[in-house]
Amino acid sequence: MTEFFWLIPLFPLVSTAILALFGKHLPKKYVSFQACLAVFLSFVFGVISFIGLQNAEHGHAALSKTLFSWIHSGNFKADLTFQFDPLTAVMVLVVSLVGFLIHVYSIGYMSHDPGYKRFFTYMNLFTFSMLVLVMADNLILMFVGWEGVGLCSYLLIGFWFEKHSAAAAGKKAFIVNRIGDAGFLLGIMFILIHVGGTEFGTINQAVSGGILTPAVVTLIALLLFVGAAGKSAQIPLYVWLPDAMEGPTPVSALIHAATMVTAGVYMVARMNMLYTLSGTAGNVVAVVGALTAIFAATMALTQNDIKRVLAYSTISQLGYMFIGCGVGAYAAGIFHLYTHAFFKSLLFLAAGSVMHALSGELNMQKMGGLRKYLPRTYYPFLIGAIAISGIPFLSGFFSKDAILTQAFAQGNYFVWALGITGAVLTAFYMFRLIFLTFHGKERLEPEVKKHLHESPPVMTIPLAILAFFSIFAGYVGLPVVFGKNLDFFGKFLEPVIHAGHGHHLSIGTEWLLILISVGVAVLGVFIAYIFYLKKTEIPHNLVRRFPFVYKLLYNKYYIDEAYNAVIVNPLVRGSEAVYKHFDLKVIDGAINGSAATAGWMGKVLSTFQTGFLKDYALIFLLGAIILIGVVLF
Amino acid sequence: MAYFIFFLLSIVTIAAVVFFLISKNPANNALLLILAFTCTGGLFGIMGASFIAVVQIIIYAGAIMILFVFVIMMINVREGIPAEKRKWTAYLSVAVALVFLAELFLTIRGTLQPAGTAAVEQVSDPTSLGRLLFTSYLYPFEITSVLIIAALVGALVLVKKKEES
Amino acid sequence: MIPSSYFIVLSIVLFFLGALGFLIKRDLITQFMSVEIMLNAANIAFIAFARSAGSLDGQIIVFFVITVAGAEAAIGLAIILLIFKQKKTIKTEDINLLKG
Repeated sequence: MTEFFWLIPLFPLVSTAILALFGKHLPKKYVSFQACLAVFLSFVFGVISFIGLQNAEHGHAALSKTLFSWIHSGNFKADLTFQFDPLTAVMVLVVSLVGFLIHVYSIGYMSHDPGYKRFFTYMNLFTFSMLVLVMADNLILMFVGWEGVGLCSYLLIGFWFEKHSAAAAGKKAFIVNRIGDAGFLLGIMFILIHVGGTEFGTINQAVSGGILTPAVVTLIALLLFVGAAGKSAQIPLYVWLPDAMEGPTPVSALIHAATMVTAGVYMVARMNMLYTLSGTAGNVVAVVGALTAIFAATMALTQNDIKRVLAYSTISQLGYMFIGCGVGAYAAGIFHLYTHAFFKSLLFLAAGSVMHALSGELNMQKMGGLRKYLPRTYYPFLIGAIAISGIPFLSGFFSKDAILTQAFAQGNYFVWALGITGAVLTAFYMFRLIFLTFHGKERLEPEVKKHLHESPPVMTIPLAILAFFSIFAGYVGLPVVFGKNLDFFGKFLEPVIHAGHGHHLSIGTEWLLILISVGVAVLGVFIAYIFYLKKTEIPHNLVRRFPFVYKLLYNKYYIDEAYNAVIVNPLVRGSEAVYKHFDLKVIDGAINGSAATAGWMGKVLSTFQTGFLKDYALIFLLGAIILIGVVLF
Repeated sequence: MAYFIFFLLSIVTIAAVVFFLISKNPANNALLLILAFTCTGGLFGIMGASFIAVVQIIIYAGAIMILFVFVIMMINVREGIPAEKRKWTAYLSVAVALVFLAELFLTIRGTLQPAGTAAVEQVSDPTSLGRLLFTSYLYPFEITSVLIIAALVGALVLVKKKEES
Repeated sequence: MIPSSYFIVLSIVLFFLGALGFLIKRDLITQFMSVEIMLNAANIAFIAFARSAGSLDGQIIVFFVITVAGAEAAIGLAIILLIFKQKKTIKTEDINLLKG
């Protein structure tokens, strides 16, 4: 069965084609059934291939299948080749499983939307693109998937395109991603020039063979990281992700939390040979990740929009994954990606369920006390929040701890300190969210309260499944302190990750680190408890005492405004100037001038057109005379 | 004898066409042309193209020119034709046509020399012509039939539509 | 046997007369007839060349020319009829719809 692994991305593709071509004539129920089935089949084949991979001999731990030769020109070639190695396996399983659950959830969430069928078409197209991205065996094909998910992201952010803010957010996401893609493309070109091929195996050989000079490796690694920063919303290209919350909530969960935004992390992990070789690039990745982690976390502190808090939280968690990749702990980074996919999509879907219950209300200040109305939403939400905060024995704890321990072990104390600070903030803002939404006084609008209802089972069952994974997904990668050889996850990824785990800490230090991270998590929760349940006047006093800090945070450091002032507006104004002075005068002038010239010529020449048959005949005969004359003389 | 017939037919043809140029009556013109085309048919016969000669006389001098005569009868053009408004064009036309004639003579000057050489006598019975027509020239032949049908229908449509409005 | 060049000369003279007729005649029908003269002149040339080349292809072409001339006459005369019905004249100097 494993030889059919290349079918995995084709199920959603076929489904997309059917929905796009005949969707209008298909009944609604069938559309959602087919869309979910396609993703589920991908998942099933993913599991089969995964089991096949497990049973394969060591050293042959990769399946590969060339469907056809796509581009072949001189030395340059790019085949449509899919591969299935451990890293791909993790990504495929995460994408298809989370994707399937979110598809199911969407049946309930989107049930009243007029764009129901369009939604599922885009979602399937997204799943296809994402699977191509993670299964590609060369950078060119990966770029196809990369652009495909970007396109779907654009389409789905702007899904309610009649809303101006949604359309603008879609454009913003697309344009910001273009900047990253430019870096990615440049990186691919440099690899083509210096390596001569974009297959991962070829690059690997070239790197380990020492063909590339360190400077080139660093340059390529940094250019690729620009692409990763765009897609995975890192400083300075993170601005699009909070706005992307304009899209439907399942989209935020699938694309802007669980899968697409992690493509950058996946890419860095896939190209780990470059980052391992270039210490500079690795450090840049780690520092950018750490800064993003804490920077986004501070912005999440003051937001009142439930989805925006989660969005900043996503940016922050992506920062953690990059810390992992930057310090050489690629397995830990991917591990965090894997656990994060479960608890973050859980949080988003639960938030969507809250929205669904409250007729689209997003402002936490207008919620409160929802626990008794929405128990089936509350408990999954709580589990997700505990998992992301790093409270022990849930998945987020293990993965975040793995990253921070590795950062510490590599001697990157600055990064480690930023990460720990971020962990406090994470615990604080997540429980602020919980307390404001589900506990305390009811601040509901009476109109909203009248329609308050728990979400249907089609939405709450995926929540329960995701909650299950949020709790237990971490147990495949236990830290060393619980016993040797329990890190199945890292072992599984070893054939792909070429970094050696050189630094080992003593058991005592590890315990200390774990205690610190547990301590800060509990501290964060405790502060949130004091602030938002016990002494609710504290936040107000703080705001009054430090109005400047509050305003700065509330307005997200005015980064959007700064970008507008420094980059967007000058561009717009410059374009306007060029339009007025160059387009209107030079280009239009040239075109109008040539049109006027043609008109004038026509007027002159039309005097020959007398309309008399004989004149034409005469001219015709003259022409014949001249022609014969030319032949004769 | 052959030379006599050739010169007779040629002179009659040219004379008919010259009178055609001089005459101002369309009906006379049509009759003069019938004469000229019949003579041309005779010339084809002298050249050994007997089938084409017959076709020329039956279709050209017969059918096509009769069509002209009909149309001339339908269109009454007996009104006195007023004098040419732009006389200079007529003189120019004659001059240009003469230049053209001169050029044509220059063109065939080379072919006039071997005139005395005996031409190859060829078989031109309708059988071989027909065989050629239905083998090498089958596609042109079929296309011509389509053309004729198109012309027929086209002519009908053109004239019919006018009568409705 | 009469040399082919005699026929060629005759063809040229006829063609010249036809062209002249087209240029100096002033009503559409006569001009159309001039065209027929030119076609005949060409036919004579074809047959003459076919004879001197000893092939039948020239005759075939003449056959096609006659056929096409028939089609052309049908359409051309129909158009002349229409022009006459609309303009009440077939004099070419009264018709200059194509004036630029």
